[in-house]
Amino acid sequence: MKQQIIISGRGGQGIVFLTKLIAEAAITMNLNVLTSETHGMAVRGGTVISHIKVGDFKSPLIMYGEADMGFFLKKNNINFHNNFIKKKGKIVVNSDTDIKDTLNINAEGLAEEIGSLVSTNLVLLGYAIKNSVLFCDADTMEKVILKFSKGKKSDLNLLAFHKGLGI
Amino acid sequence: MANEQILMGNEAIGRGVIEAGCTLFSSYPGTPASEILKSVVKFSKQSKTSIHTEWSVNEKIAYETALAHSYTGKRAAVAMKQVGLNVASDPFMRSAYLGVKGGFLIIVADDPGPHSSQTEQDTRFFAQFAKIPVFDPSSPAEAKEMVKEAFLLSEKLEIPVVLRPTTRVCHARQNVKLNSIKVLKRKTLFKKEPARWVATPGALTSLHKGLNDKIEEIKKDFYPICNNDKKPKSKLSEYCIVSSGVVYMYVYEMLESMGVLQKVDLYKVNVPYPLNSKFINDISKKYKKILVVEETYPVIEMQLLNSEIKGKVSKDVSDCGELTPEKIEKILVKFLSLNKKLKKYEDIKGVRPTLCAGCPHRASFYAIKKTFPKGIFPSDIGCYTLGVNFGAVDTCHCMGACISFGAGFYHSFAENKDSDFPTIVVTIGDSTFFHSGVPALVNAVFTGARIIVVILDNSTTAMTGGQPTPQVGYQADGNKGKQVFIEDLVKASGVKFLKKCDPYKIKEFKTILKEADKFCRSAKGGVAVIISKHPCMMYKDERAKQEKLNVFVSEECIGCKICIKGFECPALVFDETDNKVFIDNTLCIGCGVCLDVCPTGAILTK
Repeated sequence: MKQQIIISGRGGQGIVFLTKLIAEAAITMNLNVLTSETHGMAVRGGTVISHIKVGDFKSPLIMYGEADMGFFLKKNNINFHNNFIKKKGKIVVNSDTDIKDTLNINAEGLAEEIGSLVSTNLVLLGYAIKNSVLFCDADTMEKVILKFSKGKKSDLNLLAFHKGLGI
Repeated sequence: MANEQILMGNEAIGRGVIEAGCTLFSSYPGTPASEILKSVVKFSKQSKTSIHTEWSVNEKIAYETALAHSYTGKRAAVAMKQVGLNVASDPFMRSAYLGVKGGFLIIVADDPGPHSSQTEQDTRFFAQFAKIPVFDPSSPAEAKEMVKEAFLLSEKLEIPVVLRPTTRVCHARQNVKLNSIKVLKRKTLFKKEPARWVATPGALTSLHKGLNDKIEEIKKDFYPICNNDKKPKSKLSEYCIVSSGVVYMYVYEMLESMGVLQKVDLYKVNVPYPLNSKFINDISKKYKKILVVEETYPVIEMQLLNSEIKGKVSKDVSDCGELTPEKIEKILVKFLSLNKKLKKYEDIKGVRPTLCAGCPHRASFYAIKKTFPKGIFPSDIGCYTLGVNFGAVDTCHCMGACISFGAGFYHSFAENKDSDFPTIVVTIGDSTFFHSGVPALVNAVFTGARIIVVILDNSTTAMTGGQPTPQVGYQADGNKGKQVFIEDLVKASGVKFLKKCDPYKIKEFKTILKEADKFCRSAKGGVAVIISKHPCMMYKDERAKQEKLNVFVSEECIGCKICIKGFECPALVFDETDNKVFIDNTLCIGCGVCLDVCPTGAILTK
């Protein structure tokens, strides 16, 4: 199993958290994983990208045109980071309008419904798994989410994840 | 996987420090090194091992504190970003000569690119300058193991040792095996050796010779590792590639994907300085074509003493900027004369970073610019450098420089005796003020500079993830320490004008700024200090404490964009279709500062 994934969005959208969840899901499945993320000045509302390489890789960065799939937490980021995605790669986009050739969902709207805009990332994660474009299944991810969130937050995170899964 | 955890490079390094039995760890936060200390604290608490940890006031102090710990025979480590070593360079250089007792590790994180730094300098070069050996890890897992190897080398030869990870190691995550923790239980023992620990000039030539001998000893070790020793003979047999750090990993992956990994000799250098002397001789004899790929300066390349080498000196490898996989692919295809078509790509820059919605710095900057439209604004390093986006920052150089810059500007204008001087407003963060603002303030006061210093006190080191300052009074391990107050330091520096204000109160703040300017220009005037105090809005608890106004934009908005360009709050968004501004309620925290900004009064609260 090998999968190269990018997560693109704006600083403050929980991109590092999403990166951690996906990496943890990989080791739960006995797969090696390498990620690369952005810290420091860039995360103050600027454009942010994370790279995740699941399987036997050596380096943490994904080359342009090599990612199997991508999460876009802001639809506008397609303009900046779509060049990382392979020709037949899949992209999952948070968008209130339909975008051609993408798997899109109004993740922000659904997150707002449950009163937690910061959970947009988890709605999108659920939607990717629902469409079988991520290497892991819903059960595995659910356990990882529970492991990584505490108290009230875990209910909210699961709720958002389920919204994305459509359950 | 059994006993494996996903760790960020910096967390893996922190784990390595605990596994090695280190008993003092000091640091000053700076991207990409900020997360190491937190990890040291976490793993020491988890394993109940005893260690003194501290966020020191600056890197020099962190360095010296750790060095003294090593003098007592115990293991010590210090962590900083690459430019932090500039601050700590004084003790760094001399510690090479005098050496250490207990293992002493200096972790310096480099930032090729740079992503979040004021230079992309190469610490391996600095280590060579100081004659201090340096390890260059290529992954989080390897960085952890190198920490332990570095301590062993340091103790064996009584020499400080540097570990130099780069951003792509520090901020990579990987499954890392946790190994057992060594508890050394060493007695604290300081043996007085004035000839060494005081080392007057007379002793230094012999100490220098001792250092040279140690370096010669290390040159016999750490022979670079070849990917495959038994290769079938082919056209590529006379080629070799030498690499280190994360760049080695890119080269490895790329040769593999090009199908030539089994044909080309690829050497991995773990200790780029001092480079193994036998290796230097061997490769020049063994290969006709040699390529060196490393970040960021030609450290390995220049030790190879071979003018035929392809690398940064020959301009075959880019000699500035991060070496991305795309750049490396191009270099390899050319060097190996491979028949491979390179994909075209464009590196598109996204949205630039900006101060958060509700950030108190924005309010301070806005008031300063409004009050002194013709002022000069030296600033400093931190989130507030982003004030440059709306013209409130004119210079940014290195930690604490803004106050000396302000004074320098003043003296430059004051020297023209026939004309007036402009108002100079310096902005400096609280953590930066503690770091190196204090001596600059003393200097400005006693040399008679007439400037306004605004200390942006948000009670944290915000940009690097919220480490406590001495004023907050919490230590690195979360225990309460003794508080040191900015106000007391300012008064003790001889400042005669000191006022405090919450920058959210724009009108009051503007009045104080005017008073400060008047003081600067008065007969007995000098440096005026204003402490602009409001907590960082990244903290949820602090946000919850303050009133949340329900801000909206009325029909009166004429679409002039003054609030967008001059204030740049991410919650103020311009709608191109109806040519008006609206409030993005997902970002707005209801601070209400923007009510002051709109020229037509269209920003209102319910």
